[in-house]
Amino acid sequence: MKKTVYTLCFMCSVRCPIAVEIENDDVISIEGNPFVAAMKGGVCPKGAAAAGWIHDPQRVQSPMIRSGPRGSGQWKKVGWTEALDYTANRCKEIFSEHGSKSLVFCERVNLTTDISKTFMKAIGSPNYFSHDTVCKGSINSACRSILGYTDGQINADWANAKQVVLYGRNVFESIEVKAMNALLDAMSAGAKVTCIDPRVTITAAKSNRYFMIRPGTDLAFNYGLIYALIKEHLYYDVSYVSRWVEGFDQLFRFINPYTPEWAEAETGIPAKDIRQLAKEISEAKPAVIFHYGYRGSSHPNEIHFRRSILILNALMGSIESKGGVFIKKGATDAGLKTGLKKFSDQKFPETPDKRRFDGCGQELFPVADPAHGVGAMFPKAVLSETPYPLKILFAFRYDPLYSLADYHQTLRALEKLQLIVSCDINFGGTTSLADVILPESFFLERSDPLQMGAGLKPAINRRINCIKPRFDTQPMWWILRQLAERLDAGQYFPYDTIEDIWNYQLADTGIAISDFDKKGFVSLSDKPIYWNRENGLKFKTPSGKIELVSSLLETHGFASFPPYENLETPADQFRLIVGRCAAHTNVMTQNNPYLNELVPENVLWINKERAAALGIQNGDLVEIASSVGKGQLKAFVTDMIHPEAVFMLHGFGHQEPESRRSYQKGVADAMIQEDIMDRIGGSPALDHTLVSVRKSS
Amino acid sequence: MGDYLIYTDPEKCVACHSCEVACKVKNRVPIGATLGKIVIMGPKLINGQPRMSALFVPCFHCEDAWCMNACPVDAIRKRSEDGLVHILRELCVGCKSCILACPWHVPQWDAGAGKAMKCDMCMDRIDENREPACVAACPTGALQFGDPAELSHKSREIYGLKLLGRTRSRYGH
Repeated sequence: MKKTVYTLCFMCSVRCPIAVEIENDDVISIEGNPFVAAMKGGVCPKGAAAAGWIHDPQRVQSPMIRSGPRGSGQWKKVGWTEALDYTANRCKEIFSEHGSKSLVFCERVNLTTDISKTFMKAIGSPNYFSHDTVCKGSINSACRSILGYTDGQINADWANAKQVVLYGRNVFESIEVKAMNALLDAMSAGAKVTCIDPRVTITAAKSNRYFMIRPGTDLAFNYGLIYALIKEHLYYDVSYVSRWVEGFDQLFRFINPYTPEWAEAETGIPAKDIRQLAKEISEAKPAVIFHYGYRGSSHPNEIHFRRSILILNALMGSIESKGGVFIKKGATDAGLKTGLKKFSDQKFPETPDKRRFDGCGQELFPVADPAHGVGAMFPKAVLSETPYPLKILFAFRYDPLYSLADYHQTLRALEKLQLIVSCDINFGGTTSLADVILPESFFLERSDPLQMGAGLKPAINRRINCIKPRFDTQPMWWILRQLAERLDAGQYFPYDTIEDIWNYQLADTGIAISDFDKKGFVSLSDKPIYWNRENGLKFKTPSGKIELVSSLLETHGFASFPPYENLETPADQFRLIVGRCAAHTNVMTQNNPYLNELVPENVLWINKERAAALGIQNGDLVEIASSVGKGQLKAFVTDMIHPEAVFMLHGFGHQEPESRRSYQKGVADAMIQEDIMDRIGGSPALDHTLVSVRKSS
Repeated sequence: MGDYLIYTDPEKCVACHSCEVACKVKNRVPIGATLGKIVIMGPKLINGQPRMSALFVPCFHCEDAWCMNACPVDAIRKRSEDGLVHILRELCVGCKSCILACPWHVPQWDAGAGKAMKCDMCMDRIDENREPACVAACPTGALQFGDPAELSHKSREIYGLKLLGRTRSRYGH
């Protein structure tokens, strides 16, 4: 008997609403949830390929304890009781000498994150960080410095936009289905998209206008654009700026040297094109989106680059406008008495030592967001034992080994730890080095805590299990409760079943679990909720306004408008830039049978003139090297990349022998990237590394 | 394509290959074989601007199907009600005549089973009044499924309305 279950995907962090068709406890097909119009019934290739993991014998099939040297692939299969007892006992031994703060917990932000944070509060360690810190730490910092909101609390109203500017934001290859369709619909209705990227992506090919920018100069482009908008014309939204924006005068004075001609010299984009863009954008305001991005163009000055994007939105009056950037609305904005109740809001004992390993929100990184931490500091903190020794890593659905720059440094740090506990579906890099693996059930096999879907039309969404677990695996909320109990902190986990969790979350909302059965979600508003632009905008900055001169930055001694520092690439080197394709999520999916078939390895994009000078032909094996590592992969010789840049897809070059399809295919960008950071915003500067390339002998 | 058409809108296709993956999942196609194939041209630079195009190539379900005529054991059949060409798996002897006979080599080789397999346009789904898996999974609506007359209607409506929108001001309506 066939049936359809409405749940949330987790092949990437977008968590699209999907419809899963099931027969005989097996998945027949995965499509978009038909009750969510913007899904258009479809899914991305990763969502479609989820079915390929259900029966994959290369998954982690049961709890495991290492039985040989780390990374040797020698494991002892154990039951859950043994694995959990072992983990908790090892933790207790280490805690007794080094305290619970010696445990660092990192994860891919997911529906169980509230419970992960509860776990850390319950055991009394301040050392939590999420994968967000690597993707968008500086974007978060930039958003809070200007709006008082995090990047996760705002979004783009693609559907109603008239002009969109994307800085490497690869909408059509990273694929958030709803956002992508909203933008495609806007384009059908006449919206114009400008794509700025040193490399031609699918997004560039779909855009109305493409600029091949010199790598690392997006900030210069924006300064030139701001000059054209405010110095040469009254192209900005004067009334919005005078009502809502603080610090315009300082911007007006600061921007003086940064003419479009200056920007042309830095970026290679003609001044006349910058002026034309300024004019067209101005005519469309406030239905304008300068997208603040995720990764892409990450350099040491990233916080100022992201701030410049937000400043452009502020100048167009597009923040909280139809077709612009909006502040997400939650349950109470939609009239509910309260939102979802959080386990992490319980009262916990005081954390004995509040100093974080990464100094986030403290002395070292006062501006970065401690809710996500500064993950790039993890290997350095382990190796230097500063501010104190770290001994345990919990890596839950996150793989620092391939996600953080300088693979060898991270490897040394992992080797120094006394205990690595991994919760994973597959054998990823960190999992392969773990001492204990506590395998999570695949998302099609488990139910998770409810998700508050904040947005213009807020909703609450549910992931529910579609099939029974194929192997001896468990959901993370169960695993964490079991561990907490063994560490004498079980009282903060007042649940046995997922229904207990849902009822706890829904308390006082007036919503029942059965309300999710029909569509998989409960909508809280039929109409989009916008605040009144005359007097109803609620910015969370100290002034309550959009702060171009930022209290957050200035009170910690950072200038809001430091002079631009020119970026040069030596003539015999390249700037390594990295990115995504539609087939893969970060470092996680390279071993999925279908996705591995679609894109099995990465290649090195290199400009054809530079390649000719180096004697490199398309398909040749080349060596790429930086100061920290090197690797060999095939060259893709093309005119579709700037001569100063080379590009490779993120996430390949896996060294874990258990994952046989992806084993040693391509090169890990983390192997080549140097550990360079935006010291203010907190992001790793993943596009900053200089490399040399030569034909392999 | 029997009595149906799968139409590709190259403006909407983002070359994500969801169509191919969904087909493989639904039809249990082994790694290496591809029933419905999305063919992508580009991106390439044309006058400095990157452009691309796409065409989905499933089985055409030919009126006088080469594969069917070549099959020595009559394992390939054509449905009388809508002309879909499909393989009766239990009859296939694995001789690969169909693959050789098809001008586009559309039938695929399932090495595990030792049999040929081909796109049947998800005729089980069509019988349930649903679109083929490839079309249903397309995240942007770049693939459209229907009968040729309906598709023609729709395209001409869109074109006609666009033209009327443009000429309206000229006639002062």
